[in-house]
Amino acid sequence: MIAPKTEKLTPGTVKLACRNVWKLFGKHPERFLAAHDNRPTYEQIREAYYIGATRDVSLEIYEGEIFVIMGLSGSGKSTLVRNMTRLIEPTAGEIIFDGMDLLKADEKTLIDIRRKKMGMVFQNFGLLPHRNVLDNVAFPLEVQGMARFAREEEAEQMIELVGLKGREYYFPRELSGGEQQRVGIARSLAVAPEVWFLDEPFSALDPLIRAEMQDEFLRLQKVLHKTIVFITHDFDEAIRLADRIAIMKNGEIVQVGTPETLLLHPADAYVSEFTQKVPRAKVVSAASVMTPLDSASPIPPTVSPVAADTKIDALIGRFINQQEPIPVVDASERIIGEISMQNALRVFIGEEAATHGC
Amino acid sequence: MGANEICSFAGFYKTPPVPFAPISCPAAEPDAESIEEMVEMEPVDRSAPLIRAWRRIWSELKSAPVTRWIWVAVLMTWVTTRFIDPPWMAVYPEDWVLPFKDLLNRLMDWLINDLSFGVFTFKEMTRSVAWLLEWPMTWALGIFATGVDIATGGGQMLHIPHLPWIAVVGVAAILGHAGKGWNLALLAGSAFLYLAVFGQWESAMMTLAAILISVAIGALVGLAIGIVTAGSRRIEAWVLPLLDLMQTVPVFAYLIPILFLFGFGPVSAMIATIIYATPPMVRCTMLGLRATPPEIIESGQMIGCTRRQLLWKVKIPAAMSELMVGLNQVIMLSLNMVIIASMIGAGGLGYDVLAALRRLKIGAGLESGIAIVVMAIALDRLSQAFACKAPVNLRDATFLKRHAHSLLAVAVILGGYALGMIFPVLMNYPETWEVTTGPFWDGMIKFININCYDQLEWIRSGLLLTLLMPFKRFLIGLPWLGVIMALGLVAYRLKGFKLAGLVVALAGFIAVTGFWEKAMITVYLCGIGVMLSTVIGLIIGVWAAKSNSMSRVINIILDTLQTLPSFVYLMPVVMLFRVGDVSALIAIVAYAVVPAIRYTVHGILNVPATVREAAVVSGCTPYQTFWKVELPLALPDIMLGINQTVMLALSMVVITALVGTRDLGQEVYIALTRADNGLGLTAGLGVAFIATITDRLIQAWTESRRSHLGAA
Ligand SMILES: Nc1ncnc2c1ncn2[C@@H]1O[C@H](COP(=O)(O)OP(=O)(O)OP(=O)(O)O)[C@@H](O)[C@H]1O
Ligand SMILES: [Mg+2]
Repeated sequence: MIAPKTEKLTPGTVKLACRNVWKLFGKHPERFLAAHDNRPTYEQIREAYYIGATRDVSLEIYEGEIFVIMGLSGSGKSTLVRNMTRLIEPTAGEIIFDGMDLLKADEKTLIDIRRKKMGMVFQNFGLLPHRNVLDNVAFPLEVQGMARFAREEEAEQMIELVGLKGREYYFPRELSGGEQQRVGIARSLAVAPEVWFLDEPFSALDPLIRAEMQDEFLRLQKVLHKTIVFITHDFDEAIRLADRIAIMKNGEIVQVGTPETLLLHPADAYVSEFTQKVPRAKVVSAASVMTPLDSASPIPPTVSPVAADTKIDALIGRFINQQEPIPVVDASERIIGEISMQNALRVFIGEEAATHGC
Repeated sequence: MGANEICSFAGFYKTPPVPFAPISCPAAEPDAESIEEMVEMEPVDRSAPLIRAWRRIWSELKSAPVTRWIWVAVLMTWVTTRFIDPPWMAVYPEDWVLPFKDLLNRLMDWLINDLSFGVFTFKEMTRSVAWLLEWPMTWALGIFATGVDIATGGGQMLHIPHLPWIAVVGVAAILGHAGKGWNLALLAGSAFLYLAVFGQWESAMMTLAAILISVAIGALVGLAIGIVTAGSRRIEAWVLPLLDLMQTVPVFAYLIPILFLFGFGPVSAMIATIIYATPPMVRCTMLGLRATPPEIIESGQMIGCTRRQLLWKVKIPAAMSELMVGLNQVIMLSLNMVIIASMIGAGGLGYDVLAALRRLKIGAGLESGIAIVVMAIALDRLSQAFACKAPVNLRDATFLKRHAHSLLAVAVILGGYALGMIFPVLMNYPETWEVTTGPFWDGMIKFININCYDQLEWIRSGLLLTLLMPFKRFLIGLPWLGVIMALGLVAYRLKGFKLAGLVVALAGFIAVTGFWEKAMITVYLCGIGVMLSTVIGLIIGVWAAKSNSMSRVINIILDTLQTLPSFVYLMPVVMLFRVGDVSALIAIVAYAVVPAIRYTVHGILNVPATVREAAVVSGCTPYQTFWKVELPLALPDIMLGINQTVMLALSMVVITALVGTRDLGQEVYIALTRADNGLGLTAGLGVAFIATITDRLIQAWTESRRSHLGAA
């Protein structure tokens, strides 16, 4: 078993955390788990004909970040996110939401949390076929008992936000896949949730629409600043959207980190498999491949510097007209290193000598 | 894959050497088989020659296909009758009959006379239920047929007349338009107009009122049961067998207890109708609720629906189309019950038919019968239209437009009353405008009977002498014990001990209750009916599957056949062939042939095109393609159709008792006239058990055949 490699990036407030969460499918999962001291191995689970959909998952999701869970089909992503929302009851563990254990909440509290603080978008949209767009988006508000006029007004705003104005009275079957998912997004946002779960929201869409929806999603996040748990099996999508990525395999978290960390320091072959085909220059930042300078001997910049988190992709063009290395500065404009043309080019052929973890 | 292979592949199924369904059959386990082989090959087997021979036969049999088992079973029973001849083996001795029906009678007596819950007795309870149900019934009758009396102050009675016929016709047309546009409006409107013009209005409205109330109650009860059942596997395990029983026990059997418990009258008729018509609603509700896509339910949960909101706002609306299918079924089955219900007190069209039949007024009976059919078609199409209706995008609709249909309907009703006050002809359709077709039908029958008497008689006696009588004699001659054993063996071969046990127990019940011979007559009528239906169904089904234009015509005919209440079949047949087995047979075939045709078409159209093409490319003639490829592959589907045919034939057999057959159905009918609870229920259970045995055996066979063909 590989210990998950976790690291601190922006240690903000923890919004949602899983602690040793297990979900086994089978006849008597609790009994089985207890009999194995709460930590059965993968083989033990398999031999007993259980399915270990979530195995000992611990992770923390910070307020305001986009946290992507990724893994192959059947690796347990959907189960994990349903554990977090208690759509599936975990076999063991704790789900800490805003400091309280969600698994101990009674039905009323749970319904209340779901109504006010959580929103979810589904892979196959999960729209109600007998309601038109407006009524679908207004549904969460209706359930809470909001009056018709007020809820329709709010729903209208959401519909406008996702760019479906004018389609309010269409029924789901009259919309394309992309449009249906916009309705799903609008519905999940109607109650202004604090945490937003998206289970492969764009997987059912064709590549062009998918890219368009990803842009749309990033635009929305810029406005809304939600805490987001986003599931995908597409690594390109993950690096495009993620602040941090958790990689799952057979129900267990293999590694959690920024896209760059996963690329430069994969925990094992499974992770590096995912990162292989990624355009590296788009992920690797200047800080990772620069030659660090002694802070004792700062050199005055002769050429204009770049920020430490600049992607190589964005600075490579400057080497067309200059030979000298480019200085790299940190957030307080201090020079912390320099990056040579050779080092930058190495990134493109995948031979960069990583000098710096981030 | 070579297409030659496919032809020979299909041919191979004619005599499959591979044993069926190895799962539940211990003999198919490899080590068991090798032991058998060892026993067989052992040179010094000291056991008695008879035992040795038996072992040989047994090991042969174990791997033989089911068809051979059936032959062996038939042979065995024949041998027992001819050579081993203790009489008790052939004919079930009368002293051995268990007093099951007396037991039932005593149970009924106890229920009615002695059972008491302290404050009130069981009978009081049922009577008060009846009283409760009478309310909506009286109201509906008042609105549609008799008018409503409302007590106003000072002992005055205000009489509001029933709906004017013109308003009902108008509302039917409006409903049609709301459901599916002008075509359906025309159909529904003219159907009701027909009822007025042909003088059936009053009876038809009584029937309509009764149907509407039965359907409303049946659908609600079915919905409630379906919701509860869908939510719990434990309850489901109780409800499903009960539904099976409700659908296989002939209606006549429970008419008597209902009479005892609820008294003679429209309410009893309504209760019988509800019992008969509710099961499909339960099934459809369960199906619809269980089939809701999980993501839709999850989205409802994430939105924060409470359990109740989840049910009413998410699951039930999402299951609406299944619920509407269920409703359509309830309506059709209720209409099917119209005539039977009139035996225990329902008025209306059903009563007219029954009365006419009893007085042998063929023309009048036929007229009322056709009125039932017309109403059935109208209600069927209307409910189907609403079942298939998708919600419409009413973007810029004003209030007026959104509610156009309901507003118009209200206007038509009010306008109808207003006009009816001024012009009474619009209130009650005047008798002088009525057209009657009775004499026409009578004349036609007379004409046919005079001019074609010889031909009809020739058909009748020909059928009787060459087919019916010999088969009947053969079946009655079979020894009961042999038949039970043979059934058990076949069941064992198909699915193991559990099925064999069930089959033997059910067949044994029929024997020990003393109904063996009557049951055999039921089997004989049904058997021949099913055989003929199957042959006809295959021919027509294949024809329809091969030709597009043909299939359209046939579909319309089938749709009509299926909406006819089963009684209607009896009338023309009895007119032409008089009472007796031949009439019964023809009625059975007419009623039961529909699924045989439907499933044949379905099965043949479902043969994968690639398989068919492969056969053609490899040089099969159309004839070979059909016999060697299409038919074998379609066989499981066809068998399911035959299964349905058997069920319909059995339900018809009971009704044909009215035209003088001497089978279980007749026992039930006699019990009805004598008000003998025990007799009716026992004989009814007998019919239900025949149905169950056939159903389980055919299903087991189809399953093993399917897995053989590699289908799911
Ligand atoms: N209700 C269930 N009963 C039994 N096993 C289940 C159930 N739900 C999920 N599983 C199993 O748990 C494992 C994880 O499933 P999950 O749906 O979480 O995968 P996933 O990563 O979301 O896959 P995908 O990308 O295909 O959506 C799978 O092996 C699946 O077969
Ligand atoms: Mg999934």
